[in-house]
Amino acid sequence: MAIKSRRLREIPLAMAMLGPSLLVLITFVLYPLGKAVWLGQQMCDVQGKNCKSVGWGQYTNVIKSDQFQHALWVTVKFAMITVPIGLALGVGLAVLADKQLRGMRFFRTIFSSTIATSVAVASLMWLFLLQPSVGVLANLGWLHNIFPVIKEPGLLNDSGTALWSVGISSIWANLGFTFILVTAGLQSVPKEMHESAYVDGAGGWMRFTNVTLPLISPTLLFTTVVLTSRAFQAYGEMDLLTNGGPIPQDSTTSVTYLIYGSSSIIKNNAGLQAAVAVLLFVILLALSALQFRGFGKRVHYGS
Amino acid sequence: MALDTAPKGWRSFARYSMLTIVALFILFPVYTTVIAALKPGNKVLDNPLLPNAFTLDVLKNAWTGGRLGRYLMNTTIVAFIVTSVQLVTSIASAYAFSFLKFPLKRLVFGIFLSTMLVPLEVTLVVNRRTIDSLGWLNSFQGLTVPFIATAFGTFLLRQVFMQIPPDLREAAQMDGLGHWGFMKEVAIPLVRPTLGALGLFSFLASWNQYLWPSLITTEDDMNTVQTGLRHLASSDLDKPNLIMAGTIIAAVPILIVLVVFQKQLVRGLTAGAVKG
Repeated sequence: MAIKSRRLREIPLAMAMLGPSLLVLITFVLYPLGKAVWLGQQMCDVQGKNCKSVGWGQYTNVIKSDQFQHALWVTVKFAMITVPIGLALGVGLAVLADKQLRGMRFFRTIFSSTIATSVAVASLMWLFLLQPSVGVLANLGWLHNIFPVIKEPGLLNDSGTALWSVGISSIWANLGFTFILVTAGLQSVPKEMHESAYVDGAGGWMRFTNVTLPLISPTLLFTTVVLTSRAFQAYGEMDLLTNGGPIPQDSTTSVTYLIYGSSSIIKNNAGLQAAVAVLLFVILLALSALQFRGFGKRVHYGS
Repeated sequence: MALDTAPKGWRSFARYSMLTIVALFILFPVYTTVIAALKPGNKVLDNPLLPNAFTLDVLKNAWTGGRLGRYLMNTTIVAFIVTSVQLVTSIASAYAFSFLKFPLKRLVFGIFLSTMLVPLEVTLVVNRRTIDSLGWLNSFQGLTVPFIATAFGTFLLRQVFMQIPPDLREAAQMDGLGHWGFMKEVAIPLVRPTLGALGLFSFLASWNQYLWPSLITTEDDMNTVQTGLRHLASSDLDKPNLIMAGTIIAAVPILIVLVVFQKQLVRGLTAGAVKG
């Protein structure tokens, strides 16, 4: 009896405490998701008003369209460039700095430092390095004599190098984050594990692959998932460094850029934007499910 | 393996050399940015790798003419509002899920849970329309309100609240301690370290937002630091030293915040990654 009355008595308090959060989450997360699904089968005017349903076939049309498939491929390539390289570099740096030596704090600070850069800050630093007329590399005579592409047409303007250039900027910007995570993972590996492997005669590389890597595999899984979802949502780099270009190949038009980019072909078509956004949602969901399932079995969570 | 058998002195020498080379690579873009920002316009492209001239005028010019001062103020206001309101809403909802009894609790919890699966990029198409219809384009409401509650913060705090034994709440109730008192005396002190990490994270996330402000800001007066840099880069590409000065001004406050709150940063980053 007492419990039942308490359940009811606390309703007003619960409503007061949950209400504000609930209102915001519904208005700005759940409603827009549902609305985007609906909008994805509509056609609106250029202002995004007066929308009319044109049928769910619009989703199939988007999936079949060259633009969407191209953007998806660009995004996948971008992830395949940034995630493995970024992870390998982060692990390498963390292992390098995982030793009690004088001055190590100094190096760790430097290796973590790029976490302080926002996407705009990092991208503009790299824009100044790579830009073909006012950029640093383009104004080093000896360098662009060896690699003419730096000046003509420029690493960001050549369809062969643009995505790699954006990728390197993004790897650099994420390196501090990866380094900090992997370092924390390494520090949670018990020292005795290393010592007993050492006594058993395992060499440095053996100890790394057979002891360290399995023990930090939960950290590696988490980092991979975060880096992959960041790669799939990358926008600022493309917006600032390449504007989705170079044209006409649109070499850096990722899915997110296709939805929101200022030079995107669908920027004035709310229906198509919503459809692509919903497809991105489905892709990201499938991707993280896949990653947890695929890696989950091989990840060692200890006892 | 070769390193393992080498004498100790050589091993640390090899390690220090590698550490130094890597550090130089990582700092290279920062170095070129800093020296460019400290050079007058006619010297920037002369020798982009050497600090062959020095002036503070460009930084001053970026602050006033480039309007970085204004952008910084906007971003600070936005980040403080988002962070502080987010902490309050997260505490309130985490407390309700942990210590209150009410019908449909599991359903409401499920609603919170489901929002964590929805990436920002998916919702913004519609959110821009919502903000537009509320008349909130180019306003602080538009920049802040969509982010003043998060399921992530709620879950993080709830996890800590759940460690409080239910008996303790019962006992406190017997002693006449109401929810408000229990929250103030027991619950909040317990989550204080987590609040620090959560606060830092909300602050960084809000400060670094790029896509959302670029969608709802069209007036220069309402630019945040991130969209302001974009504005600067597109209007003054012929003045790379000015853009680099703006970049430095935009980066320094976060650098300071991170140095001061190092401990919270690592705690927050590793909360999801390292377990057991």
